[in-house]
Amino acid sequence: MNNETEIRKWLEDVMDPEIPVLSLVDLGVVGDIELKEGSVFVEIRPTFVGCPATTQMKYDIESLLHAKGFDDVHVDISYKSPWNSDMITDKGREALRKFGFAPPPKGNLIDDIDVLEHVECPQCGGTNTELQNPFGPTLCRSIHYCHDCKEAFQQFKPMN
Amino acid sequence: MNKTALKELLFKIADDQLILGHRNSEWTGLGPILEEDIAFSSMAQDKIGHSYAMYQILEELGEGDPDQVAFFRKAEEFHNSQLVELPIGEYSFSLIRHFLYDHSDFLRFDMLRNSSYELLAQVSSKIRSELKYHTMHARTWVKKLGTATDDSISRLQNDLDALMPYALGLFEKSPYEEEIISENIFGGEEELRSRWLELIAPIISKTELVLPDPEGVEPVMGGRIGKHTEYLQPLIDEMTEVMRIDPDAEW
Repeated sequence: MNNETEIRKWLEDVMDPEIPVLSLVDLGVVGDIELKEGSVFVEIRPTFVGCPATTQMKYDIESLLHAKGFDDVHVDISYKSPWNSDMITDKGREALRKFGFAPPPKGNLIDDIDVLEHVECPQCGGTNTELQNPFGPTLCRSIHYCHDCKEAFQQFKPMN
Repeated sequence: MNKTALKELLFKIADDQLILGHRNSEWTGLGPILEEDIAFSSMAQDKIGHSYAMYQILEELGEGDPDQVAFFRKAEEFHNSQLVELPIGEYSFSLIRHFLYDHSDFLRFDMLRNSSYELLAQVSSKIRSELKYHTMHARTWVKKLGTATDDSISRLQNDLDALMPYALGLFEKSPYEEEIISENIFGGEEELRSRWLELIAPIISKTELVLPDPEGVEPVMGGRIGKHTEYLQPLIDEMTEVMRIDPDAEW
């Protein structure tokens, strides 16, 4: 007998379409999961309202659950408890770092622009860094420059 | 809940975002520096995404499919302010428009977090967070260029003077303003306008720029009831050009 916990475990294999080392579960995108009379309902919380990867995420979750034998799968976008960057798990933060992205700082910080300056460089660990652009190659990433190792890097943006 | 009033509110928000999103996207490949090219493109993506969320709520309320609603209306059926439809002009013009619009957009969603219409309140909280990046971006550049050289300051000042009447047109009241406020759908345009002035005035005062006295400016109204400049229809024609070739195409 499958249950919600088991389904969530399976979903750890569904990766973010734009950051393929990070699962949707660790990204915090997967919300409530409900099993009702053989049907599965999965709530997803987009990182950004305009994120174009949301459709792909829905499709990937549906495909996996179909492959696991569920015929009736509903993946619905929800803003009931909207995504924020503190929903990224510690495992997710580590995956981001290994992939070369600085994980977002934790807590209610973004009212202060300084939080985007001096982000720890994921390459050398230095903090002599500066924000180059709050907008990066995707909606969820900003661009920074490290004066210690002289390399540009990206950060997964804090959001709350 | 007064559904007509709610829909009117959602349409004007969504149409502002859709049209400004398309205007922002005109900077893709043309930004004065690469970072600004990326910033305006990203904000375009956000705006169009936000408008999509609003059109989806409208669909829940009985309006048509979001793509149909967004792409198959004539200019006079759009409820956007005239501010957002003006051509992008020089970079300083787009920057000042972005500054004026996004601070009002941020405050609108800040207020909408308390909307009695639950679905709108939920997504507003999320959109508000995202807009912090837009206002931060606008402030950074207005401060930088508004204190830089005589040339940059006079360009920004000219655009600020030209755009202030249009920006004040953002707060054109709805025919259902009383119902919107009394049913706690939204706090209303007047409150938004005064919060907006309180927010932008101190930022402008930290620069060499002078904010035109809003009492001495005649707001450009009419956008909310379908009165538009000559620039809107060509924009709609352009953004729907591919779709109109084959409206039933499967993508």
